[in-house]
Amino acid sequence: MQPERLVIVGAGMASLKLLEELAAAAPRRYDVTVVGAEPTPAYNRVLLSSLLAGEASDEDLRLRGRDWYAAHGFRLLTGAPAQAIDRAGKRLILRGGRALAFDKLVLATGSEAIRLPLPGADLPQTLTFRDLYDATRLRALAAPGRRALVIGGGLLGLEAAYGLVRRGCSVTVVHLADRLMERQLDERGAATLRRTLEAKGVGFALSASSVAITGDAQVTGLELATGERLPADLVVMACGVRANAGLAKAAGLRVNRGITVDDRLATSDPDIFALGECAEHRGDVYGLVAPAYEQARTLARRLAGDDSATYAGSVLSTNLKVSGVGVFSAGAIEPEDGDETMVLADPGHGHYRKLIVRDDRLKGAILVGETSDALWYLDLITTATPLGPLREDLAFGRGFAMAA
Amino acid sequence: MNPHEREPTPVRTACPYCGVGCGVLATPDGAGGASIAGDPAHPSNFGRLCSKGAALGETLSLDGRLLHPEIEGRRASWDEALDAAARGFRETLDRHGPEAIALYLSGQLLTEDYYAANKLFKGFLGSANVDTNSRLCMSSSVAGHKRAFGADTVPGVYRDLETADLLVLVGSNAAWCHPVLHQRMLAARAARGTRIVVLDPRRTATADEADLHLQLRGGSDVALFSGLLVALADGGFVDQAYVDAHTSGFQAALARAREIAPDLAAVAAACGLAEAEIAAFFDLFAGAERVVTLYSQGVNQSAQGTDKVNAIINVHLATGRIGREGMGPFSLTGQPNAMGGREVGGLANQLAAHMGFDAASIDRVRRFWDAPRMARAEGRMAVDMFEAIDRGEIRALWVMGTNPAASLPRADAVRKALAKLDHFVVSENVASNDTLTAGAKIRLPASAWGEKDGTVTNSERRISRQRPFLPLPGEARPDWWIIARVAERLGFGAAFAWRTAGEAFREHAALSAFENGGARDFDIGALAELDDDAYDALEPTQWPAKRRDAGGETRFFAEGGFFTGDRRARFVAVEPPASRPPDAGRTLRLNTGRIRDQWHTMTRTGRSPRLASHLPEPFLEISPRDGLRAGLTDGGFARVSSAHGEAVLRVRFDPTARDGAVFAPIHWTEETSSGARVAALVHAVTDPVSGQPDAKATAVAAAPVVFGRQGFALTRGALGVLDEGAWWARAVAPHGVSLLFATNGAVTLEEVFPDLRGSDEIVDFVDPARGTYRAGAFRDGLLQAALFVGPGSQAGAWSFLRGKLGARLTEGEIRGLLLAGRARGGADCGPLVCACHGVSRGAIEDALRAGANDAATVGSMTSAGTNCGSCLPEIRRMVAAARVRTNVPALGLFG
Repeated sequence: MQPERLVIVGAGMASLKLLEELAAAAPRRYDVTVVGAEPTPAYNRVLLSSLLAGEASDEDLRLRGRDWYAAHGFRLLTGAPAQAIDRAGKRLILRGGRALAFDKLVLATGSEAIRLPLPGADLPQTLTFRDLYDATRLRALAAPGRRALVIGGGLLGLEAAYGLVRRGCSVTVVHLADRLMERQLDERGAATLRRTLEAKGVGFALSASSVAITGDAQVTGLELATGERLPADLVVMACGVRANAGLAKAAGLRVNRGITVDDRLATSDPDIFALGECAEHRGDVYGLVAPAYEQARTLARRLAGDDSATYAGSVLSTNLKVSGVGVFSAGAIEPEDGDETMVLADPGHGHYRKLIVRDDRLKGAILVGETSDALWYLDLITTATPLGPLREDLAFGRGFAMAA
Repeated sequence: MNPHEREPTPVRTACPYCGVGCGVLATPDGAGGASIAGDPAHPSNFGRLCSKGAALGETLSLDGRLLHPEIEGRRASWDEALDAAARGFRETLDRHGPEAIALYLSGQLLTEDYYAANKLFKGFLGSANVDTNSRLCMSSSVAGHKRAFGADTVPGVYRDLETADLLVLVGSNAAWCHPVLHQRMLAARAARGTRIVVLDPRRTATADEADLHLQLRGGSDVALFSGLLVALADGGFVDQAYVDAHTSGFQAALARAREIAPDLAAVAAACGLAEAEIAAFFDLFAGAERVVTLYSQGVNQSAQGTDKVNAIINVHLATGRIGREGMGPFSLTGQPNAMGGREVGGLANQLAAHMGFDAASIDRVRRFWDAPRMARAEGRMAVDMFEAIDRGEIRALWVMGTNPAASLPRADAVRKALAKLDHFVVSENVASNDTLTAGAKIRLPASAWGEKDGTVTNSERRISRQRPFLPLPGEARPDWWIIARVAERLGFGAAFAWRTAGEAFREHAALSAFENGGARDFDIGALAELDDDAYDALEPTQWPAKRRDAGGETRFFAEGGFFTGDRRARFVAVEPPASRPPDAGRTLRLNTGRIRDQWHTMTRTGRSPRLASHLPEPFLEISPRDGLRAGLTDGGFARVSSAHGEAVLRVRFDPTARDGAVFAPIHWTEETSSGARVAALVHAVTDPVSGQPDAKATAVAAAPVVFGRQGFALTRGALGVLDEGAWWARAVAPHGVSLLFATNGAVTLEEVFPDLRGSDEIVDFVDPARGTYRAGAFRDGLLQAALFVGPGSQAGAWSFLRGKLGARLTEGEIRGLLLAGRARGGADCGPLVCACHGVSRGAIEDALRAGANDAATVGSMTSAGTNCGSCLPEIRRMVAAARVRTNVPALGLFG
């Protein structure tokens, strides 16, 4: 009997994790083809910021070589964007017309950087920061002494800004909200982070709305809604990502902000699955690698025949990858009525810690500066462990709380 | 080596604390400090020091010192201040006579100071209103000695403690209050099997170390020793030959003893003990020829203190166990120079040099001094003196080196009385204390230990030199000098013309020998001929030291030779213990005393960070049963009230405490606490013979006080003021000072640390659900201040953080984690147990967990208890508790 044909659209980290899990759980069960738009096999996108900052090399980003795919019988097609899904014919059509027949299809199409529709957004020194290509271009443009503006004070924007500072640029982050990482940090945490980054040379313009990128053939600056003009040699847009759901939508699959999937990670078509940043599960579209990996583990088990495998969502946790600046955020960031809040703050040293407890369980943690206990807190949140005696010295970390 | 950089030479001096009189080697560092070691050549301590003595080097700072004369709060020259001091006494004398002036002295004055003060008042101003804080300390011993021996004679020597077969400690927590002597006793026990019996209503550290502890009812000592006398007589243990040859009054005393304590059952009932316990003690006593009975404040500070002393002396006289090696009654004095004060006669009921107010003595002293205006009768003793001040009968007072507004019974009333004085002079080391703030108009800066030059006498009649090793700071002057200058201004310059302390000492020594001829026990005539060099070089010398007959250890009375008219000792028929009428609503009996690492009102020990750690707060020890009955909680607070005043104290449930008996330490004053002046509670009941106040049996009630917040403030800078209703105690820390507090008000960083700067970096932790607020302020990278507030005691964090003040952080240390209040992964470090080596309770518990199963192993692992040993009882208690913990499962398995 011929093995079932499994086609995976997308050759990023979620895709690779699914392959790894499959190789372990059900080797050779499927005839697998992976198609990716980028020219290379999956690489560690998480390290792009470090690459930009010169703290990681191209070598560090490498994950699995083509030989690994071959050794496991996975057919890998790179530089091959998918164009359409023929659900009735159970075929995936690639750009150029090639069709791949499938029994099961997995969409791991990821997300794309949002490009603000500003005047001047098409100038060649206006970039996004999403993939290896962006990183390569940024590295080329970010010569020492260049003035760079980063639009967006979220995780990616801050990492890009730090990377550019490390490359010798003078950098200002332009952010619409009045504080950095407003979805992950509370006000004091954000302020602490801002001071630390300022000490590392990053400038900030908060509550600043960009209206136009100026310059004719070459970026000269950014105009704000206040009329203020910030001079710049390059502009990086790091205003968030959007799920790549166009393929699914065109195929008539149910799509909201992302491709909607159920707890089995199936789309509205039971033979088509989705995972990673393109998927929307219980209303959440995750933009981080950890939930994608959890989804990959679940989906691999399902594909291996384990019908009990379900995915119930992930606790969001954030780690900012700026060396010397730990930022971790998981769970709730502001207390609700009846919650208990603990705050340990050392603004002078850039340390801030807020923990939210409800019913003797940790509900949220924000750590800025010192994050060595982040995974312990994350574990307490995800497992909803009753704190008991850990509660007393919880804010001081595992070493203190466990010895209490 | 550069010949100019010679090794500094240690100065041999004597410790300024208790009456053991340890020799100290002080090596000045040239910057106002000194390193301290025990003097191996001193016969009191042979090199050992207790925790307090060992920490003397931490007490030498000039912070808080009075360095210039002041009149009415303004700085004055010495001339102005001395003129004013003299004028006030002259005017009061002229207007109201010698009964209206008084002098209140201190067992911390040197003999030379005492001599000068006593001479001025009793010989030149005609007033015997010269009393001393020694009245609160050992005047019952003096009175008991005089009644029995005809003189204030301590018959034995320290060596007797090492050659006795039985040591009986009565009302003496020597382990904490005379640690070096206690260690000598324990060493003797280890070497030769000495038995140790402790009679004390409290389970003290001394009791912990005893072979037998009789936890008798407070005040029942007379019944016990009467019972012992009866038992000795009935058992045939009376030394009839000694009694017949050298004593009188035995039959009457025995008859009285039989009335008080006819049999074991009566003793048991009176003492609240089992008959078997009493019989065990009586058997031990009867069977040991060599027995020393040591006693201290539990005997002396009593409405029946003198009778207690005589009840003890009676049994020694009856058995002839006195004045021979390894036997005798032995009073342990609590101050460095209480004995010197007694020798001088610096008490209202003595004239001078162990002479009283008989006509012959008055005439003899008058001739010796060439004195114009001799006091003719006994003056007012301490309690009476301050009551006379309150009544306006005494109008001019000079207090030297003591703090009666904090230490006398009914201290609140004393403080009020002081405000009524026309003329109030205080000679002091410190710039502020409860007495100075009670209205002292003239403040005279006196030299302190380390600067003073003179002599002190310890409990075994040994005179030691206190030698200076620091320069006089500011305008401070020796007390004898100040007195002599006032005398000069009163017109008596010629009689007070000493140029050195040595000259004053020689005069004192000459008076002791003047027309003595063996009639008086106190004779140090041999020392009257010392030249200046010999005085400076004087080795510790035991008296008597008669001319041409000095040197060697001396005991008294082995062959009789008492100082009564007929040379016979007197048995005293003691009064039955009086039972005071119960005080409705005040059913607890307050005992007061010292703690291990503090001394008196902490003006010196309170400067040592090490000493502040063991017991940093004023507390009330109470049995759990009494505590619960009064609605108290262990670790909470109690308002303790008597008919005279009240105090708020931290509650410590002590399962070993007798029901009905509570204890509070005496050390805290208005300077160091919000309201823990325990003397304010103490009734003014005094012994009818000695005038010594009974500080061990005030009727009190205790009621809970609830504070919503507790915490501490710790700073290298200044401390602000808490709200009016707050409870607090001040304690020094390494590189700073701290406030332990409890309050219902708000405590803010800005209020409690008024000198924080805008540039200081604040680290804080808030946990509102737990009522927790903690903050640290960093200046130049060092912890400048810390504030902890929480719902319960923050003592553990205080112990931890006080050591971090001013300390540089280690590389990579997250300073915010200091607010955890303990080391990462470590248990609460807890209070210091071993003050000498700075070993905390937590460190000892770690050693116990690591397998240490006795105090010696704990010592080798942590150093705890290996210096002065005064913490050994506490360590042994911890070892025992750990054994119980580890044995419990074993019993469960096999039992």
